[in-house]
Amino acid sequence: MATAHADEKSFLAGILRADHRTVARAISEVENETAIGHAIMRGIHPHLGRAHVLGITGSPGAGKSTLASELIGEFTRRGRSVGVVAVDPSSPFSGGAILGDRIRMERHALAERVFIRSLASRGHLGGLSRAIFRVVDVLDAAGFAMIVVETVGAGQSEVEIAEIADTRVVVCAPGFGDDVQAIKAGILEIADIFVVSKCDLPLADATELELRYLAGLKKGGAGAPPILRVTATRGEGIAALADAIESARGAAGRRRQQGARERMRRLIAQEAGNAVRDCLCGIESKTLDELCAALARGELGHEEAVAAAIQLAVNGGAGSPRGKDKSS
Amino acid sequence: MGAQQRKIRVLMGKPGLCGHDRGIALVVMALRDAGMEVIYSGRHNSPESLVEVAIQEDVDVLGVSILSGGHLGLCERIARLLRERDARDIVFLAGGFIPPEDIPKLKAMGVREVFRDGAKLEDIVRYVEKAARERAAA
Repeated sequence: MATAHADEKSFLAGILRADHRTVARAISEVENETAIGHAIMRGIHPHLGRAHVLGITGSPGAGKSTLASELIGEFTRRGRSVGVVAVDPSSPFSGGAILGDRIRMERHALAERVFIRSLASRGHLGGLSRAIFRVVDVLDAAGFAMIVVETVGAGQSEVEIAEIADTRVVVCAPGFGDDVQAIKAGILEIADIFVVSKCDLPLADATELELRYLAGLKKGGAGAPPILRVTATRGEGIAALADAIESARGAAGRRRQQGARERMRRLIAQEAGNAVRDCLCGIESKTLDELCAALARGELGHEEAVAAAIQLAVNGGAGSPRGKDKSS
Repeated sequence: MGAQQRKIRVLMGKPGLCGHDRGIALVVMALRDAGMEVIYSGRHNSPESLVEVAIQEDVDVLGVSILSGGHLGLCERIARLLRERDARDIVFLAGGFIPPEDIPKLKAMGVREVFRDGAKLEDIVRYVEKAARERAAA
């Protein structure tokens, strides 16, 4: 216990000095939800809330990583330190993952005030890893002024980024009908800034026009999110985008404070859901087996079965009289 | 909330000027299929950036693939940087076109194991699993 306490203290000191090795290890601890990870989260709590968290989302191949790389360059030129969390999907079959977003950010690998971490989604739906809140908090405590979160790019379920980012950038590449699909399904609501990427391609004008039309529908034209054109491979439009991100900061900070309680509630609900799932998938329970059999035979409705299963999980899997009564 | 099962994290990259990445892509996929989280940093990495990325990503294992003949110089630099950064605990593996007589030299530098062309994917996966487990237990 004494060594655990010493560990915690040296972790905290290392994080606050932004020592790369310590920050990297702390991220693993909080990602893996270890005891020391929980202690780190408690320790850094007084040091949170200083960073500007920027979320970048959009369909796979839209150019998120390339854009992130250009923004890292622009913000470091402006004297900011930048932390990056790049999320890639885990394989649903093996649980493994290939994390390749860094390839596009290679030229920043040795920049002193840049720290890039790849996260696997680990089966968590919504495009962000389950641990992402904690990882962002560690980078915040380490004093990174700008934290860029790049999502999986799964499209419709990316709305979760609204929870974590102060400023949300939605990237749309020309010629993807899919982007409009994603916009219909909720990304339009979360965008603070739209970026039309790859503007050297011929369909860029059409994509921009489509976005203007949709954004105009959203808020009757007034206060609609800005739409910016970028050709990241040539560095065009990056400075204007960085300006728009920085000027979005003020409103974002206020929203973050207002949303804190709501955000906490959603976070707790999500974790509670995970706990129930882990319990129900992990326990040996005759009651649960009987419940599933009754559901399969059609003797029990879906909602009744779910209610009984939740009861079972709350009781720690130690039997659920109500579920039994219903099925007998 | 229970602790997540610790995933093995591996950084795979190609230092130097060699651009032949079919071999490393196969290894990356085999490690992924074995349930590991593999950061792939692509081609033309400098030894300095590979070591910095290995540290930022907190990997258990750093694997490099070199088919250019530059393995002695590149591995020597990577091993030295790992020592300088107090990161010797990261398991350093090398693969590619490597003559058998160079293997003892590489191991003396700090390369833990060498997988020459023709090495079996299962053997590489098994070695990485074992080395990562031993590292976690240490």
